[in-house]
Amino acid sequence: MGVELTSNLDSGNKTGNNKTESKKILEMRGITKIFPGVIANDGVDLEVNVGEIHGLLGENGAGKTTLMSILYGLYRPDGGEIIFDREKVEFHSPGDAIRAGIGMVHQHFMLVSKMTALNNILLGYRTPKDPLMDYEWARKRIEKLSKTYGIEVDFDEQIINMSVGEQQRVEILKALFRDVKLLILDEPTSVLTPIETERLFKALRRMSEEGLTVIFITHKLREALEVTDRITVLRRGKNVGTLITKDTNERDLARLMVGREVEMIIEKKRKESKEGKAVLRIEAVHARNDRGLPALKGINLIVKQGEILGLAGVSGNGQKELEEVIVGTRKIEKGRLIFNGEDITDYGVARRVALGISCIPEDRIETGMAPSLTVEENLILRDYVKFTKNGFMDFEVIEKHAEKLIDEFGIRTPSPKVAARTLSGGNIQRLIIARELSRNPLLLVASQPTRGLDVAGIEYVRKRLISFAEEGKAVLLISEDLEEIMQLSDRIVVIYEGEIRGVFEREEADLEKIGILMSGGALEN
Amino acid sequence: MIEAEFLASLIAASMRAGTPLLFATLGEIVAERSGVLNLGLEGVMVSGAMTGFYVSLVTGNPWLGVLAGGIAGLLLALIHAFFTVTLKVDQAVTGLMLVLLGLGLTGFLGRDLVGQVATYIQPVNILFLSSLPYGNAIFNHDPVVYVGILLVPLLWFLMNKTRYGMELFAVGENPEAADTMGIPVDRVRFLAVLIGGFLAGIGGAHLSLAYAKVWTDGLTAGRGWICLALVIFSGWMPQRAIFGAYLFGGLDVLSFKLQAVGLGVSYHFMRMIPYIFTILVLLFSVIREREKFGAPSALGKPYIREQKF
Repeated sequence: MGVELTSNLDSGNKTGNNKTESKKILEMRGITKIFPGVIANDGVDLEVNVGEIHGLLGENGAGKTTLMSILYGLYRPDGGEIIFDREKVEFHSPGDAIRAGIGMVHQHFMLVSKMTALNNILLGYRTPKDPLMDYEWARKRIEKLSKTYGIEVDFDEQIINMSVGEQQRVEILKALFRDVKLLILDEPTSVLTPIETERLFKALRRMSEEGLTVIFITHKLREALEVTDRITVLRRGKNVGTLITKDTNERDLARLMVGREVEMIIEKKRKESKEGKAVLRIEAVHARNDRGLPALKGINLIVKQGEILGLAGVSGNGQKELEEVIVGTRKIEKGRLIFNGEDITDYGVARRVALGISCIPEDRIETGMAPSLTVEENLILRDYVKFTKNGFMDFEVIEKHAEKLIDEFGIRTPSPKVAARTLSGGNIQRLIIARELSRNPLLLVASQPTRGLDVAGIEYVRKRLISFAEEGKAVLLISEDLEEIMQLSDRIVVIYEGEIRGVFEREEADLEKIGILMSGGALEN
Repeated sequence: MIEAEFLASLIAASMRAGTPLLFATLGEIVAERSGVLNLGLEGVMVSGAMTGFYVSLVTGNPWLGVLAGGIAGLLLALIHAFFTVTLKVDQAVTGLMLVLLGLGLTGFLGRDLVGQVATYIQPVNILFLSSLPYGNAIFNHDPVVYVGILLVPLLWFLMNKTRYGMELFAVGENPEAADTMGIPVDRVRFLAVLIGGFLAGIGGAHLSLAYAKVWTDGLTAGRGWICLALVIFSGWMPQRAIFGAYLFGGLDVLSFKLQAVGLGVSYHFMRMIPYIFTILVLLFSVIREREKFGAPSALGKPYIREQKF
C-alpha cells in the first residue's frame, strides 16, 4: 500500500475559483433521519469539494452529528442518497465507510483506553503479516504520516495516560492510517486548550494542502471562520445555507445558526464593594485523586458574597477534585472548609446541600442527573424529601414544580414525564441549572458550565450565573475557557498541579499572565 | 519417602482435578474478554459432563464423548449468545437461566446413567519423561490434560499477538470504538461465547470421563461457579488461569486426602475447603491489585448501536 496520500494533489484550487462538477468529493441529497419523536435531519443537502476544509456549523441538536453518522455508516438514513467520489454509495457499517475512504474523529473519542496508541491505530486493520500484528511495518508507516502532517504521538503509551489533545491526535492518525480521502472531525476543539487547538488547525491545513478533504463540525463561530474554506449551517435538522468563509462574518453566521440576533459578549458588571462577606473559606485543603495521588496540595480560597470567583486552569490540575471536596463527595485529607462561618469539613453531602451549597458538576450526565429518570424527577433530585406526602411521592406537586421550572428556565422538553436522557446537551444543562438555582442556595459551584453548549445555550448560562451573583450569592466558576473566566469573574485564581498559583482582580488580570501560570510558569517580578 | 509419595500423588491429582476447571476458565476468559458474562457456566459444564458420559457409554469411544461434551456446551452457549448478543437480553438473567436449564435437564435425562460404567479416558505415558523424579506425577496423564496445558500458550498467543486478540479485547473494552473501526461487534461476541461454551463443555466431559468416572446428578458440584471466580483470580489472562485451576484442583483433592490421613475433622468441613478458598482468593485479589485488576470495561453490557448514552 505505501503512503500515497498525496495522490489527488490539486489543493491550490480552493473554493471559489474553478468550481466544476467533477471536483465534488461528496454530495448528500435530501438526507432524512427520524428518531423516535424527533426529526434529526430533514431533507439535508450537503456538497463538499475536494481538498477543502468544510465547516458544518449548527447549534446542539441541529443534526450535524446525525448527518455525519449517516455518512459514516453508523446510522441508516430514512431517506436521501449519498454520492461519494463520483459513486452512489450506501454504507451499512463504519467498515464500509472506512473502505470507501471516509474517516471520522468522534466528539467522544472512540479509543480503547487500556490499549497503546499503536494498537488503537491498528485496530481492525490487516497488516501484511495478518493475522499477526506487524508492528514494525505499522510504526514506519505512522512515522511517515506523523512527519507529513506534523501530528506526533507516543506510540507505546496507553491511551489512559494521555492528555485529550494527544488522544485526539491518535484518533486522527487512526483515520489517516487507513488512507482516507475525507476526514470528518466532530467538535474537535471542545476539549482542547488554545495551544492544542492551534496545533490541530495547523495539521488540518496541512491535510488540505495534501489534497485531503476535511469536514469540521463545530458550533464555535470563531473557529469555523478561522480554519474553513466554506461553511454549511444547519438549523433544526435543515440546511439553511452554505457560505464561502471569507465572505461572511460572526454576526451573520450566528443569526443563521440560531435564527435570531444573539448577544455575542456577556460581561458581568463589577461588584461594587470588594468587601463581601466570605461565603466559603477553603483552608489549606489537601485531597487525593481517584488513583490515590495527591490532587490538591494545600488550597486556600475565599469565595465572597456577590462575586464570581473564576478558577482558571488546564483540566486535570485538581479542579474536579476541588469541586468534589466542596460538594462533599471526596474526602479531605487535611485542612478545613468553612461555609458561612460553620465548619463543614466533616459534613456529608446532604447536610451541605441543606446548608445551601449547589453545584453544576463537570460531568453533567454522569453526576449531574439520572438519565433514565424523568425530567420532573430530575428536577427534585436534591430536595425530593420535601415533595412527599405521608411518605409517598406527591406527583401532583412534583409535576407543578417541574412545569414552573420548565417555563422559567426555558427547558425544551415534550413533557415533564419524558426520560431526561432524551434532552439535548443544552437542555440537560438548563435542567441542572434550574434544579440547582431554584433551591435558592448561597453558593454555586459551576464546573465547565458552558462546555459543549451552543451559542444560545452559552448566552443563557452566563446570564444566569451573573444574575445569581448579583443577587448577592457566591459563585465559584471552574472553567477551561479563559475567555469565559475573563468575562464573568470578579476575581480570578489560577490552579496548577493542585496548587493556587496566582490571584488577580479582574482589572489586573491579562490573558498572557494567566496563560503562563496555567502552564506551570512563574511570573517575573 | 511417604511425604514425597504423597506430594507426587497430590500433584498428579491436582492436574487431573484441575483440568475441567482449566478448560471452563479459559473458555470463560475468552467470552468475558468480549464483554459477555456467562454466569451459566455451571449449567454448561454439567451438560458437557452428562452428554460426554452418555456418548461414551453408547459408542464406547471416550473421544467421541469429549467431543459431544464440547458440542453440548456449545449448544447451551448458543442459547446464551442468541439471547444476550442478538436480542440484547440481560446477561445475568440469561446466565442464571442456563444454570437451571443445564442442571435440570441433565438431572432428568441422566437418571438412567447413574451407576453405569462408561469407557473412560486412559492416561498415556510420555516416554522417558515419566521415569524422571516426579515424572510419573506430571507425565502420566490422559491427553485432555495436555491439550489443556497447550491451550494456555495458544490462547495467550492469540489474545496478545494477533489481530483476533486485539479485536476481542477492543470489543470487550469499548464496543463502540470497535464498531467505528469496522469490527463486527456482535459477530465477535457471538463467536467468543460459543468458544467459551465449547471449552466448558469439554471441561465437563473430562470431569465425568477422566476425573470422577461416574455420572451423578449435579456432578459439577459448583465447579462452574468456582471457574467464574478463577476468571477474576487470573485477571482475565490465560497464563494465570492454569495456576488457579491447578491450585483449586489440588484443594479439591486435598480435602479427600486429608480425610484419608484422618484428622478427625468432619468430612463436610473438608469438602468446604475449595469454596472457602474461593471467597478468600476473591477477597485477596480485590484488595491487592484494585487498579491493575481490570475486568473488561464493557463486561455485562449489551451493545446497541443507535442508542444515545
